[in-house]
Amino acid sequence: MNPVRKKRLFIILAILAGVGIAVALALSALQQNINLFYTPSQIAAGEAPQGTRIRAGGLVEQGSVERSSDSLGVSFRVTDGASTVTIRYQGILPDLFREGQGIVALGRVNEQGVLVADEVLAKHDENYMPPEVSQALEKSGMMKHYEGGKQEYQQ
Amino acid sequence: MNWTWFHKLGSPKWFYEISGRWLPWLAWAALLLIAVGTVWGLAFAPQDYQQGNSFRIIYIHVPAAFLAQSIYVMLAVAGLVGLVWKMKLADVALQQAAPIGAWMTFIALLTGAVWGKPTWGAWWVWDARLTSMLILLFLYFGVIALGQAISNRDSAAKACAVLSIVGVVNIPIIKYSVEWWNTLHQPATFKVTEKPAMPVEMWLPLLVMVIGFYCFFAAVLLMRMRLEVLRREARSSWVKSEIRTLVGKDA
Repeated sequence: MNPVRKKRLFIILAILAGVGIAVALALSALQQNINLFYTPSQIAAGEAPQGTRIRAGGLVEQGSVERSSDSLGVSFRVTDGASTVTIRYQGILPDLFREGQGIVALGRVNEQGVLVADEVLAKHDENYMPPEVSQALEKSGMMKHYEGGKQEYQQ
Repeated sequence: MNWTWFHKLGSPKWFYEISGRWLPWLAWAALLLIAVGTVWGLAFAPQDYQQGNSFRIIYIHVPAAFLAQSIYVMLAVAGLVGLVWKMKLADVALQQAAPIGAWMTFIALLTGAVWGKPTWGAWWVWDARLTSMLILLFLYFGVIALGQAISNRDSAAKACAVLSIVGVVNIPIIKYSVEWWNTLHQPATFKVTEKPAMPVEMWLPLLVMVIGFYCFFAAVLLMRMRLEVLRREARSSWVKSEIRTLVGKDA
């Protein structure tokens, strides 16, 4: 490679490195704002802003879903393994909502520490499998083991 | 190191000849792979235990998203080659690949929205993956607009090359957004170091689709580049004789 080209190559790589560092600094400064949701641990530790609409995300705790008998109201607890937060919601839940599923709820935390949500989104993971496989896993009791290995909600 | 093969690439005539030989192979491979992958993925692959049939949109969404990012990396490499080695063909490749990349990004965003509604419960969420992908679409628009807006070809080539190279910073952000931040979008199903998080009867049709999409991109890019080379070199004698034989064949 001749010297002129080498010089041009270095200039371009230097520009790229500069832009890369600038973006990395900006993103790390915005770290908290880019997260789509707060985990229950973050809410418990007071890292989430008070008195404003926030998103909380985590796994719906087993056996915590209580549906109201005369309305669409539902309440459930969301956990990240360390802490939990109770969520109340009025409306139709997404199809993927179930116990053990990851969800993200948008709403306001009231005085009792309950998040009153006006939107609940379901989060699914990167694992796909045919229904027969998941049934077989459940039958052999391996599902727990399988799911335990992939839950990465603790941040 | 011997650089002659590399400098040969810069010759439009050589490119025109060699690409003419590759084009039919790529076009047929793309047609065959996409046809097989579509039927296999949409009709024969098993459904997902949670999402049922709606997961099948993965067979369009993932190849489009792969290509959207790969094409941008290609733009940046072409931009680098154009700036450092002043190779004119690099600018042709950059300008002609950008609209294809923009379409792929658009398809990925559109299929993602259609997929998001039944599974997540929302068409659009401002999470890091979706937003960085939207920025990628705007970067493509920027490259296309810049190329069209500047009438001097050399300045346009330089401006587009710089924008492509600077914009490539966005690609790792897209890739790792699902790991660095809490997002609604799930992490990658395919990782280089691990086996895919889906059984073989699900990922094999997906692999076929991905290779098919790459062949499709290569074929469309070569077609567009050949046309652009003919347009730019219209005054040279080899193009004149080439056109004469092409027109003569039709007449």
